[in-house]
Amino acid sequence: MSDAGRDDRHGAARNTGAARTAFACLALVLTMTGLAFASAPLYDMFCKATGFDGTPRRGAGMTAVEDDSMLVRFDTNVAASLPWKFQVETREITVKLGETKTVFFRVKNTASTPSTGIATFNVQPALMGGYFFKIQCFCFNEQTLQPGETMDFPVVFYIDPAVRKDSNTDHLTEMTLSYTYFASKNGQPTAALATPAGTGTKTNF
Amino acid sequence: MATAAAHTGHDAHASHTPSFFSRWFLSTNHKDIGSLYLLFAFCAGMIGAFLSFGIRMEMEEPGLQYFANPQTYNVFVTGHGLIMVFFMVMPALIGGFGNWFVPLMIGAPDMAFPRMNNISFWLTVAGFLSLVCSLFVEGAPGAAGAGTGWTVYPPLSTSGHPGPSVDFAIFALHLSGAGSILGAINFITTILNMRAPGMTLHKMPLFAWSMLVTAFLLLLSLPVLAGAITMLLTDRNFGTTFFDPAGGGDPVLYQHLFWFFGHPEVYIMILPAFGIVSHIISTFSKKPVFGYLAMAYAMVAIGVVGFVVWAHHMYTVGLSLQTQSYFVFATMVIAVPTGVKIFSWIATMWGGSIRFTAAMHWAVGFIFLFTVGGVTGVVLANAAVDKYLHDTYYVVAHFHYVLSLGAVFIIFAGVYYWFPKMTGHVIPEWAGKLHFWLAFIGANILFFPMHFLGLAGMPRRYADYPEAFAGWHKVSTWGGHVFALGMVVFVIGVVLAFRSKTRAADNPWGPGATTLEWTLSSPPPFHQFETLPTIVEEPAH
Repeated sequence: MSDAGRDDRHGAARNTGAARTAFACLALVLTMTGLAFASAPLYDMFCKATGFDGTPRRGAGMTAVEDDSMLVRFDTNVAASLPWKFQVETREITVKLGETKTVFFRVKNTASTPSTGIATFNVQPALMGGYFFKIQCFCFNEQTLQPGETMDFPVVFYIDPAVRKDSNTDHLTEMTLSYTYFASKNGQPTAALATPAGTGTKTNF
Repeated sequence: MATAAAHTGHDAHASHTPSFFSRWFLSTNHKDIGSLYLLFAFCAGMIGAFLSFGIRMEMEEPGLQYFANPQTYNVFVTGHGLIMVFFMVMPALIGGFGNWFVPLMIGAPDMAFPRMNNISFWLTVAGFLSLVCSLFVEGAPGAAGAGTGWTVYPPLSTSGHPGPSVDFAIFALHLSGAGSILGAINFITTILNMRAPGMTLHKMPLFAWSMLVTAFLLLLSLPVLAGAITMLLTDRNFGTTFFDPAGGGDPVLYQHLFWFFGHPEVYIMILPAFGIVSHIISTFSKKPVFGYLAMAYAMVAIGVVGFVVWAHHMYTVGLSLQTQSYFVFATMVIAVPTGVKIFSWIATMWGGSIRFTAAMHWAVGFIFLFTVGGVTGVVLANAAVDKYLHDTYYVVAHFHYVLSLGAVFIIFAGVYYWFPKMTGHVIPEWAGKLHFWLAFIGANILFFPMHFLGLAGMPRRYADYPEAFAGWHKVSTWGGHVFALGMVVFVIGVVLAFRSKTRAADNPWGPGATTLEWTLSSPPPFHQFETLPTIVEEPAH
């Protein structure tokens, strides 16, 4: 380092240390860039695994049914870009904890051209995300409807009785499952099982 | 702080300077590049100030006076924000003072990678030119320029601005970001590898500490901004849907990524100022900095905690209650190391032999104004309060108190403190003091009424407002004029300095100024520390 003077600024003695530091810094920069891009999928995985922030979980079904029940409301929305009509057979339903229920949703393409849509979804209150399990849902895939075509889709779900063991949720008696259909942009299913805050379907603003 | 035992032989190559073109355009000399950065920051700052002048003129009265289209007003707001953050404060404090004084203070002959240093500067200039281009090409339909605010949130920046203006702005951030990252690598490498013999990290001057922490913040946060705006770019131009719910994306993801950068960014702007103010207070109190190690590690703590508080900018997006509680708490924790710094500066002055030079005026003024901004920051940290004040002039007042009156005041403090060292000329003290009082009074009249406007519900980024807000807006604009008058005094002071025959002494500030740059001539030789200084004393400050 002592010779690292004005003319020979790349003196070998200093250069190794400096180069090592610089490459470590560069690695840090690349890591952070990677993490920026990985943040969305990582958060997705986290939400799917934990039901964080109102992400309904996928499950296989419950056997133990309890007497305690909850009111589940359904909410259907269609983005302006999609000429579809979207309804649910019932606005609300009372479900026993642990009981597997099936509810049908109906979409109709009201335009004269075929179109493809995909639904995003969320539950409110967000804390219920960890206890609301879906076994089957149309929202896992995108749908293409011909002009005037109508389709019925089942949603099969249950509420984990463990909801009563969590002090944050043991007092809850109602919840809402909300869907919004968007025009599919890339012609492929892109909606993941998680819909983080602010997609237009959340209501806890 | 520590003094050089073996003085430097700065005669041998001092006169060996290259031609004008290769000296200023192909520069690899840290002092010349520092000067270029300062000059660039001044020019960019003038353009940014012109834009803010447009904002204040328009806001003087209700209704539209100067802007036919309120979108153009928003373009002014956006340009002002981006220019002041990326092309004025950062180049001045980091590129300017950092390049000039980090090598001098740690006893290094130059930066570790002098050619990379040159690239950093010119990338910043290129970024600035790209931003200026964005002002003149179409953004929103039928209007030139990007009116997205400096945060460039989608969907306003994607579907709201189909023209190429936002793309130019994104490239501006890419270029200046790349320049800043290279500069940060340079600072880290220089500080970790090129300190003079005997200068351990715990003997290093606080300005060098502040630059080390700042450089790490840059390395960790800027790539995330680069990622976010790259996603924005592909969403705009290549049909991706990172931030578009129609394709499974989420506009709030952008806000998370932006503020993961954006919050550390505010510390990137203020930490170098913390470093500079420590030296000025210590020099003119003729005392070592109180609690040197606590001061250094308070900056490290601010840097670390600064990375885990970002969502306090996003209380209104629908965060869960627990998430909000966490961010409220974490944000308030930052007040602790910041308080350590404020109290240590005051304790440094306590019992000191204080001289109120121009630089000291600015430094003490900074402590007062930064504390005001810090207090309103603690107010805004509360999620419940913030929901009321979000995007109001209260927020505008808050961040102008910490940045416009914090970082900018210390830029001027640094200029008055180091001008004799950098140029060998002396700015008349009266000019610095007059400038200070005009700026201090003007800025307070300019920004303090914004608290009232915000509390009354005046939203930011609106070109028009109800009659009820007119009074304080008018007062605020008057304050802006006073501040602008101060800038005229500053320019006069600098011109007088260069015209005057007075030459600065090597150490014009006397025994209080103990860092290594004062052991060199004023201005320092073209190449310094050919014989490295050896640090013998105990750390003073």
